[in-house]
Amino acid sequence: MIEKREITLTINGRKYDVRVDPRRTLVDTIRDDCGQTGTHIGCEHGVCGACTVLLDGEPVRSCLMFAVQAEGRQIRTVEGLANGNELHPLQQAFIDNHGLQCGFCTPGFLMLATGVLEREPDISDEDLLDVLSSNLCRCTGYQNIIKAVRAAAVTMREKARATPGATR
Amino acid sequence: MKPAPFRYHAPKTIEEAVETLAEVAGDDGRVLAGGQSLVPIMAFRLAKPAHLVDINGVEALRRLAIDGDKLSIGACVRHAAFHKPVVDGPLGRLLAKVVRHIAHYPIRTRGTFCGSIAHADPASEWCLVAAALDAEMVARSAGGTRTIAARDFFQGIMTTALNENELLTEVRLPILPADTYCGFYEFNRRAGDFAIAMALANYRLQDGKMVEPRVAVGGAEPLPRRIAEAERALAGQAPGKPAFEAAAEAAAKVVEPLDDAITSAEYRRDLVRTVTRRALEQASP
Repeated sequence: MIEKREITLTINGRKYDVRVDPRRTLVDTIRDDCGQTGTHIGCEHGVCGACTVLLDGEPVRSCLMFAVQAEGRQIRTVEGLANGNELHPLQQAFIDNHGLQCGFCTPGFLMLATGVLEREPDISDEDLLDVLSSNLCRCTGYQNIIKAVRAAAVTMREKARATPGATR
Repeated sequence: MKPAPFRYHAPKTIEEAVETLAEVAGDDGRVLAGGQSLVPIMAFRLAKPAHLVDINGVEALRRLAIDGDKLSIGACVRHAAFHKPVVDGPLGRLLAKVVRHIAHYPIRTRGTFCGSIAHADPASEWCLVAAALDAEMVARSAGGTRTIAARDFFQGIMTTALNENELLTEVRLPILPADTYCGFYEFNRRAGDFAIAMALANYRLQDGKMVEPRVAVGGAEPLPRRIAEAERALAGQAPGKPAFEAAAEAAAKVVEPLDDAITSAEYRRDLVRTVTRRALEQASP
């Protein structure tokens, strides 16, 4: 019998004390032990990107990490994007540009795009296409997702100019 | 789709890591670095290691540095480190170009250069780079350290010269002279997919003729390797269509391509000709 480990995860700034098997993936822990079910599980082998979260600001596949590896790291999920009732510019842009239909892939796309736009606010169209090829969407045909992320990039740049020093 | 149970070890130093590995290697212990190949294999239960030695907490393995005429890449240096050139000149530019072909962005933020080398997937871009440039692999065990040349390191599909108690601590790439012409071309069916065939070529010019040519092919055979017949077709010739086509033809002729239900050996052989020629065209002055 392999002993469970007691770990503390930090998700969207809030601490969660959990006991997990070493084999428990980060995404299972985020959803089932911490109750944050906005992060979806798709393929469970790193192909679809539905489970993408930010780990210290970088997009990662949370199905390809074990929860024990994420202790002491800052995890951000889709629940942390909105500020109260005010949606994050990416969330608003996905609505405005019809960037989702069934919505299953959306949390993954939102976190992927958030991580990349925060790091590279002026990302080129070519690089953006390369980034967005990371995740699978079976409804939209991608074009509206690309439109939404481009629109959000503009809003986020304007917001950053209006409030210098703000990170998001 | 859930990995089988394993005991988890998180050493903080290289010494601790190799000592732990010495203890658990015989009991199906494996090293966990980026986990972008190992964890999917575990999810499918194709691998059920009894122990994982997670090296992500070993600070010393994050080293990425220029040591004389070599670029040293530590075991925990992630693919994403190469998105911008890490060294001036052709090597930094080549690595920044190649890294874009490795899976997708969120995989590159976790997966490691050395992990890819140790995994030795025939379709690995870094394995092709290592073979083409005659990289040196530094393997460490509790018993000591040894350096393995690329040509001895890769032995077959996902098979290397590493012993089960050895940790690949570092890979060293030669820093290419500023006047080296480099080209890389990969073919696959979808963005971020595994290479069906890819080629890396480089050479220098002396009095308008190619010298020290290197041509290596990956993805097509069980392991990436330099193709001597293609290099001979370039040596002493002027760069251009006739020499490039002769080298591409020579490579296509001598490779022994993998054959599977989706991609036939004949198709891969055709691709070897094309990717070799296109890599050389990219290496044009």
